[in-house]
Amino acid sequence: MLIKQLSVFLENKTGRFTEVAAALKDAGINMSAFTVSENSDFGIVRLIVSEPTAAYSALKKAGFAASLNDVVCAHCDNKPGALSTLLNKLTAAGISIEYMYAFSIDDTSAQIVLKPNDMDKCIITLES
Amino acid sequence: MIWNEPMECMSREDMRRLQSERLKRTVEHVYQNCEPYRKRMQEKGVMPHDIHSIDDIVKLPFTSKKDLRDYYPYGLLSVPISEIVRLQASSGTTGKPIVVGYTRNDLAIWAEVGARCFTAYGLTKKDVVQVSYGYGLFTGGLGAHAATEAIGGTVLPTSSGNTEKQIMLMHDLGSVALACTPSYALFLADALLDSGIPREEFKLRVGAFGAEPWTEGMRRDLESKLGIKAYDIYGLTEIIGPGVGHECVCQNGTHLCEDHFFPEIINPDTGEPLPPGQTGELVFSTISKDGMPLLRFRTRDLTSLNYEKCACGRTSVRMARILGRCDDMLIIRGVNVFPSQVESVICELPELEPHYLLVVDRVNNLDTLEVQVEVNEKFYSDEMTKMLELKKRITHRLQSVLGITPDVKLVEPRSIERSQGKAKRVNDKRKLQ
Repeated sequence: MLIKQLSVFLENKTGRFTEVAAALKDAGINMSAFTVSENSDFGIVRLIVSEPTAAYSALKKAGFAASLNDVVCAHCDNKPGALSTLLNKLTAAGISIEYMYAFSIDDTSAQIVLKPNDMDKCIITLES
Repeated sequence: MIWNEPMECMSREDMRRLQSERLKRTVEHVYQNCEPYRKRMQEKGVMPHDIHSIDDIVKLPFTSKKDLRDYYPYGLLSVPISEIVRLQASSGTTGKPIVVGYTRNDLAIWAEVGARCFTAYGLTKKDVVQVSYGYGLFTGGLGAHAATEAIGGTVLPTSSGNTEKQIMLMHDLGSVALACTPSYALFLADALLDSGIPREEFKLRVGAFGAEPWTEGMRRDLESKLGIKAYDIYGLTEIIGPGVGHECVCQNGTHLCEDHFFPEIINPDTGEPLPPGQTGELVFSTISKDGMPLLRFRTRDLTSLNYEKCACGRTSVRMARILGRCDDMLIIRGVNVFPSQVESVICELPELEPHYLLVVDRVNNLDTLEVQVEVNEKFYSDEMTKMLELKKRITHRLQSVLGITPDVKLVEPRSIERSQGKAKRVNDKRKLQ
């Protein structure tokens, strides 16, 4: 399914992520997952949060370069080979992935967050 | 609209006759009343009677910024201090400022040329002009103030700073024109957007921007963000202040008030005059002022002059956009770099905000140039490849314009310091070593 991901552009400066966390704390936002993609100058933080719109407003208000993006969230069993099966399906359909990360809420299942090159095709493929 | 048609639309022949008369009178005046000029002329072997026409101006000595510092504070006055009714000073960054004295007549000239500027922008006595240049020693505030009064307009003397109040007054009092530095205008444009007040509730339609060099790209940006026509107003404290020149509705060059301030273009290295149309250093002689007339003052501004009649009807000579100051020029790895070149690239890329900072340093005996740019909020991506692609594109573009490869650094929105006066665009760390 499609979900909203919050992404934030951050310069590589000490304490900058701390300020993001503080802004979300003040807005009463919970994070389910996040990942950081970085180079020597800047990083892009991507977050899955409890209330994406409220979190977006809170970060904007605090002056961050935040944006809301659509990403695909795929459900996956938490057992050996599950991710392999899922990815095989996407590869067979000719879908490539810009980035992805995963998180697990309990012992039996995992959530895979994906940014595919073709959003609609990815969802159809996963649901088939 | 033209404020002083006889002067602004005079034939070239009549203008030269007028300039010749005024130059002769000015040379006589400074020779009699200003010792440093008398000495300089004697050293050069030129006497007032050697000046027959404006063509003889090349016989006269130059005046430099250093001269104004050396004769600080009153050494270059050509009248006793009792005749001086106003002092202004340059916004000099180091050491003593440059001080300029005006007689009552000089102030009248300043108001007259200011009136020409504002009239050329289409302003009349019906309009409220918000003067957001700093008031004080800096000529911007009081210059724009006098110009507004001269056309009979309504001055709103907000000075610079206190941005929220600026927006409130602009809205409530119906400012039609905004006079400030282009960098402060950008700052106000952001604040106007943030205020949430719909644009149609503002009457603003004209910007009179000057006191720092700006580019066509910045003009487009200011015009679209503020929904106005943005015009250049040119001036230097040493010559008189804002009003030395102005754009007209054609926005095709800055008309110079050459019946008061005679312009020349010279080769900055040799001091030789250059033919019309060529780019070089702009030099002004004041030919009507009494208090502190300057002969052949070297502005350090690089530009060219166009003597063709303008479509607006004015015959006064037009100056091209200032390419930069000879002093602003950075030499990086042996290549001449002007901040205005960087600005032109930044303003043409829709992904970037018109704010930037050049950081120049020397690492292991090699010059480095870092260009910090802010990305427009709409263009921050969640994908690293897209951000890196943008960075690469900016680097290529800058490289092709500058001739050297800068290290482009994408920074967070509003992290580059906004100026409320003249913008600081360069941090040259090499000087500290």
